[in-house]
This record gives sequence, C-alpha cells and structure tokens, in this order.
Amino acid sequence: MAGTLAVSAVLPSFNAVLFAATKPKKGPWYGIAIDIEKCIGCGSCAKTCKIENDVPPEPFFFRSWVEQYTIKKDGSINVVSPNGGIDGFTQKIPDNEIEKTFFVPKMCNHCSKSPCVQVCPVGATFESPEGVVLVDEKYCIGCRYCIQACPYGCRYMHPTKKVVDKCTLCYHRLKKGLNPACMDNCPTKARISGDLNDPDSEISEFIRKKNVYVLKPHLNTGSKLYYNALNQEVR
Amino acid sequence: MPSQLKRLLVLGVIIISLFLLLKHLATPVSFGQYGHYRGNSLNEIAALPVKYVGSKTCVKCHDSIVALKLEGLHSDIQCENCHGPAYLHIKTPKKDKLFRPDSREFCAKCHSFNKARPEKAVTQQDIKNHHPEKKCITCHNPHQP
Ligand code: HEC
Ligand code: HEC
Ligand code: HEC
Ligand code: HEC
Repeated sequence: MAGTLAVSAVLPSFNAVLFAATKPKKGPWYGIAIDIEKCIGCGSCAKTCKIENDVPPEPFFFRSWVEQYTIKKDGSINVVSPNGGIDGFTQKIPDNEIEKTFFVPKMCNHCSKSPCVQVCPVGATFESPEGVVLVDEKYCIGCRYCIQACPYGCRYMHPTKKVVDKCTLCYHRLKKGLNPACMDNCPTKARISGDLNDPDSEISEFIRKKNVYVLKPHLNTGSKLYYNALNQEVR
Repeated sequence: MPSQLKRLLVLGVIIISLFLLLKHLATPVSFGQYGHYRGNSLNEIAALPVKYVGSKTCVKCHDSIVALKLEGLHSDIQCENCHGPAYLHIKTPKKDKLFRPDSREFCAKCHSFNKARPEKAVTQQDIKNHHPEKKCITCHNPHQP
C-alpha cells in the first residue's frame, strides 16, 4: 500500500500519444492525417511531391512515397514500393495467397520532439514556429547525422546540392494559404493536413473521431502524422 | 602580481576577444531570432515557387471543363493531377503546353484491379479484358467518366 502510494506520487500519470506534442499557445500547429481506408495507391502524392519540390527523379530520393504491404496466408510479410509508387502498383502476388493487403503512404512525421533536430551539430535543421521540421540549405554541412537519427527514413542526401533534403510540408504553399501538393492532388482525399491548435479544423475532427495511430510510438518522437486504420505490422 | 602573469593575462584577453569577434562575424544576423537556427531561412523556404496552381485557376479560360468535371465522379481529382503542373501554362498557354494523358496505363494507375485498393474508394476494372483494343477516352470522357 505504502509502496503503491509512493510510486504513484513519483510517476506522472500516462499522457496520451496525441498529447506527446507540446503545442504552442498561439498560432497554427501543423499535423497530418492519412486514412489507409481511402488510399488507392495511385502514387499521385509521390509524383506531385517530386515535381513541386524539385526532388531528383532517381528512384532513391523521396520526400513522400507509398508502400504496399501484403500479409500472405503463410504468415510472411511482403513490402514493395516500386519507384515510390509513382508509376502505380501492379499486384504480383495472386489473390489466393493473400490474407490481407493495403497501401501505406509515408512522409515526414514532423515530430514535435524530433530526433533529427536534436542531433544536428550546427542548427541547420529545426522546427519552425508552426511545428514544421525544416532544413536550412545554406547552413547544412552535410554530416548526415540526421539521416541516421530519423527512425522513419524520411531524409536523404541531395545528390547535387550535397545537403540533406526532406519534406517541408510544402511550407512555401502553406505560407501562401495553399495545401501541400500531395494533399491537394490526392484523388480520394485520403490525406489531409491542418492546424492541430484549432479544435474545429478537419484534422482535429479526424483525430477525435477515428482510431488514430502514429508510427513507432515507443520512440516518443512526438510524431504528428496520424494514421487511421493502420495495421500493427507497419514499421 | 608577477610580470610574466600580467603578460599572460593580456595575451588571454586578446585571444578571448578575438574569438568573440570571429564568432560574432561568423554568426548570421538572424540566427536565434526564433530558436537555435537562422531565422531568415524560414523566409527563404517560404519564397519558393508554387508549381501546382490548383483547379480554381483554370476557371478563367476553361470554365466549361471545370464545370463538367465538378458534376462527374472525377470531381475530386485536381486538373493538374492528370495534366501536370500548370504554373507556366497559366501565363503562356500557347507556348507551355500541358500533358495529355491519353494512354490506358494512365487510367490503370487508379482503376486496375489490386486487392489492396479499397473497393469503396474507387471502381476497379479488368484493364486487360475491358475493350483492350481502344483508348479509354474513346468511350469515357476523362472530365466526366
Ligand atoms: C482524369 C484525368 C483528367 C482530369 C482530372 C482532367 N483532365 Fe483534362 N484531359 C484529360 C485527358 C485524358 C485529355 C485528353 C483528351 C483528348 O485528347 O481527347 C484531356 C484534355 C483536356 C483539354 C483539351 C481538350 C481539347 O479538346 O483539346 C483541356 C483544355 C483540359 N483537359 C482541361 C482540363 C481542366 C481545366 C481540368 C480540371 C477542371 C481537367 N482537364 C481535368 C484528363 C483529365
Ligand atoms: C490564360 C488562360 C488559360 C488558363 C488560366 C489555363 N489555360 Fe489551359 N489552355 C489555354 C489555351 C489558350 C489553350 C490552347 C492552347 C493551344 O491550343 O495552343 C489551352 C490548352 C490546354 C490544354 C490542352 C493541351 C495543351 O496544352 O494544349 C490543357 C490540358 C489545359 N489547357 C489545361 C489547363 C489547366 C489544367 C489549367 C488550370 C491549372 C489551365 N489550362 C489554365 C488557356 C489557359
Ligand atoms: C488519380 C486517380 C484516377 C485517375 C488517373 C483516373 N481515375 Fe477514374 N476515378 C477515380 C476516382 C477516385 C473515381 C471516383 C470513385 C469511383 O470510382 O466511383 C473515378 C471514377 C471513374 C469512373 C466511374 C466509375 C463508377 O463508379 O461509375 C470511370 C468510368 C472512370 N473513373 C474512368 C477513368 C478513365 C477512363 C481514366 C483515364 C482517363 C481515369 N478514370 C483516370 C480516380 C482516377
Ligand atoms: C469501347 C468503349 C470502352 C473503352 C475503350 C473503355 N471502356 Fe470502360 N466502360 C465502358 C462501358 C460501356 C462501361 C459500362 C458497362 C460496363 O460496366 O461494362 C464501362 C465501365 C467502366 C468502369 C466501371 C464503371 C461502372 O459504372 O461500373 C470503369 C472504372 C471503366 N469502364 C474504366 C475504363 C478504363 C480505365 C478504360 C481504359 C483502360 C476503359 N474503361 C475503356 C466502355 C469502355
């Protein structure tokens, strides 16, 4: 009894993953929501992202991409992402061997406790006041610590600029009142982004009404990318 | 104080002030404006050009197609998703032509059968056997399928 009391006095009560992000009191605080139940795997997000942001065309460089997960009847898991999904997906595994299959669009989680920001030795990667994780091209020294630190694989070395590049949540569009290119061009509205500080925004409602889940919650990154209907097998 | 210590002290002061001066010169003006980073980089990133200008921009010159599309099942698809970014086209439409995606493969990216595609989200079609000899747009209007 005394032990329990002592422990409960020391340990803080659990915080919901939703509140892992420490929001600012004022101004917008951007988050992302992706509905797996609506994603048709057309790759429009990956394609428009590359064009909008001048991401190199080679299939190793992505700011946003789509993966197809296939859980087979024999229990094995197959994950493919041909050219990030830009050319669409062709089902290679026959229907009768499949237990379950679905698409998972991926991009930067714009974490509020970003491991990538913490490891940067020069202050070239940072969180903007709106909660968007950005890279200062002119200040980056190309040491790649952040590429190593990101648990979601969302950063890459730009082959010609020789600096690290990543999703900016189309900061240049947000600032002009537009949605990110990937969100605008999704044909089924499977992905949205918006202000988590505004209780009436589409994304706040999405998070309240659906069973949302973030990737790798145990790493306590304060991820702000919320998935609806995410399977446990997704890494 | 012994004279050698005085000399060392003077040297120390010179080295430290030189370091502070260099640090001051090497740090960008806007560093630390919002946090441990160069504040001006926010403006630099925000100033990048927009390429996907959005369907509302097309109304001015293609109002009938915009209206037609809004009535059909492709209403949620942006014009530029099919036609490519139009930031140049909207200024010089005669010079900067847009892409005309008339191949069967193009429609198949969204409509071919794949067990992973949620049935409610999109109608799927057996592309190999559904009128294989013709282009999809001979029978379906891409703006109102
Ligand atoms: C599903 C994909 C798709 C979407 C969405 C789409 N288009 Fe098209 N569009 C096409 C295709 C395919 C053609 C080529 C038709 C042809 O060659 O006969 C075309 C042709 C055109 C043409 C040329 C018509 C002509 O007669 O030469 C214009 C102009 C056009 N589209 C404008 C728009 C505008 C504006 C929008 C948005 C309101 C839009 N399109 C949305 C697929 C699309
Ligand atoms: C300033 C007027 C103007 C605006 C704005 C405009 N267009 Fe056009 N568009 C034209 C003209 C004029 C043509 C015919 C060009 C020709 O035949 O040489 C054309 C042709 C096209 C074609 C046929 C292919 C081609 O390039 O010849 C497509 C597709 C098209 N427009 C799509 C769009 C879309 C999508 C938008 C909105 C993002 C848009 N246009 C905005 C004037 C405009
Ligand atoms: C970016 C994805 C995408 C592309 C590309 C696309 N479509 Fe669609 N299409 C959709 C969505 C989403 C719907 C609406 C949901 C549905 O299928 O009922 C739809 C609806 C349709 C329908 C009506 C289905 C029904 O339920 O009656 C037809 C027919 C169609 N599309 C044909 C085409 C053709 C032909 C092309 C190629 C020019 C094309 N689509 C390209 C996404 C796409
Ligand atoms: C020869 C004309 C023709 C061609 C070519 C054609 N279709 Fe169709 N399509 C039809 C007709 C007619 C229907 C409605 C009857 C049916 O379900 O077969 C249809 C139905 C569909 C539907 C389902 C809509 C519904 O109401 O269930 C989709 C999706 C579709 N077509 C997509 C395509 C795509 C994608 C292509 C090109 C790869 C294509 N079609 C080529 C004539 C055509």
